Amino acid sequence: MSKTELRVGGLGGQGVILCGMIIGKAASIYDGKHATLIQAFGPEARGSACSAQVTVSDEPIGYPYVKQPDMLVLMSQDAATQFVPQLKPGGLVLYESELVPKMPPLPAGARALGIPATRFAEELGRRLVLNIVMVGFFAGVSGVLGYESVEKAVLDSVPKGTQDLNLRAFRRGYDFGCELLAKQTQGAS
Amino acid sequence: MDGDHAACEGALAAGCRFVAGYPITPSTEVVERFAQRIPLIGGMFIQMEDEIASSIAILGAAWAGKKVMTVTSGPGLSLMMEHIGYAAITETPCVFVDVQRGGPSTGLPTLPAQADMMQVRWGSHGDYEIIALSPNSPQECFDLMIKAFNLAEEYRVPVFFMMDEVVGHMTERVVIPEASAIEVMERRWTSKPPGEYKPYAADDDMVPEMVKAGDGYRIHITGLTHDERGYPAMNPPTQKRMMERLLGKIRNNREKLIDVRGEHLEDAEIVVVSFGITSRVSGPAIEEARKQGLKVGHLRMVIAWPFPASVIQQLALRVKAFVVPELNMGQMVLEVERAVAGKTRVISVPHPGGTVHEPQEILTKILEAAR
Repeated sequence: MSKTELRVGGLGGQGVILCGMIIGKAASIYDGKHATLIQAFGPEARGSACSAQVTVSDEPIGYPYVKQPDMLVLMSQDAATQFVPQLKPGGLVLYESELVPKMPPLPAGARALGIPATRFAEELGRRLVLNIVMVGFFAGVSGVLGYESVEKAVLDSVPKGTQDLNLRAFRRGYDFGCELLAKQTQGAS
Repeated sequence: MDGDHAACEGALAAGCRFVAGYPITPSTEVVERFAQRIPLIGGMFIQMEDEIASSIAILGAAWAGKKVMTVTSGPGLSLMMEHIGYAAITETPCVFVDVQRGGPSTGLPTLPAQADMMQVRWGSHGDYEIIALSPNSPQECFDLMIKAFNLAEEYRVPVFFMMDEVVGHMTERVVIPEASAIEVMERRWTSKPPGEYKPYAADDDMVPEMVKAGDGYRIHITGLTHDERGYPAMNPPTQKRMMERLLGKIRNNREKLIDVRGEHLEDAEIVVVSFGITSRVSGPAIEEARKQGLKVGHLRMVIAWPFPASVIQQLALRVKAFVVPELNMGQMVLEVERAVAGKTRVISVPHPGGTVHEPQEILTKILEAAR
């Protein structure tokens, strides 16, 4: 049975929950898997610590919480400080490199890959789509879900009229992820 | 979709066309979606001034002929108590959704609990019966909501839909069947003409037929003790007749109303009794205990009220212990103890709320039960 547990962390207003939602939707609606999303947020509408816990599995999911994530998607320093120590040994951290200046020590065998997602989003015209850049980055490097499933989930989850912009954000993150992986593979060989 | 949205869709599929509510975390998404959806379907959502008004507005709408619901969480539920009693004595079909959060009082608005279980059973004064369902997933928020509305029509009691913050905000795939595949119970309207119809005269099933405002019947609805015509009759024989029916229509159907899900019960020596989100949290603990060679079964209450006492009584004759995890400081465990009546051990696994149990906490109690 294949099961991936993921935690998305950041601040309220960054689209943290939507980021987790799109990944879960891609898995459960478009990739034939099961997925459960649990969200945690503060009473404030914006700015409080906010996180999504996503479990993706080939089997139905009972216990819905993520205790020791296989992967982290991080969009704030606080989230990095809080969640990196929970990461499974050998796990993967995807982080917004300008919002997480100080990566805490990683567990044994874990890797961390950064992306300047906010800057990319600003270049595309709307800072708001930083979460979709992160979704694209996830699709590019994680290997958990097919590109098309995630792309469909993005299109299905964003407001009408913003689909082009979001698709460009998604591709920007995806391409950056693929290039980063290719560079790393070259560096290793 | 999340559990809150699925609950809304379930209500719409069940025929709910009137909701009055006062938004409160973590239930807000239910009414938010209803308010967006209902203008397209034909019906009404009213955001009332408070929960007291919400809970009486739905009762008025039910007598106008609609299927009705209000949606709240602990602090709002506390304000609704008076009208829950009024719904019970006037036998108004209605659904109260309670997305439970940590309490007492304002407590933990964004965090879960299952601590309103006794309040919905006993919160309003006087003797009455209710039905309470406990979904554990968004899919069940849809499926069981239809059942909740059907039970409200069948028994004419307030039906409580006992979600919690985790189930309400948990997102999973929800499959919504074709409308033709959904069984919906319509209101039982009377076929008697005005003059012959008595609003509180019932046959053997103890549930009277209804009429609605505008149909040309002259009826009287009151919170006072009333006779078959619905008129106040405040004397001991009328009170006795009315109470026998208010309680009897549920108590005589307790067995029919049992909805439990069992797992590994055949050879179980220890049975974990759970409901709602706690049933999912118990899973890993039970799995781990079975891996260690313990014969542990799982009994999940889908309908928590009326309490499935007979199922517990049967099991009590042959199991070593019951383990009862719940997100409160020990509520439904009291019912388990009542049913077990000293025949075997009952071990409570309380939790103050704010999050769910660690499966390890439940496992520890299972191991304790096995000793």
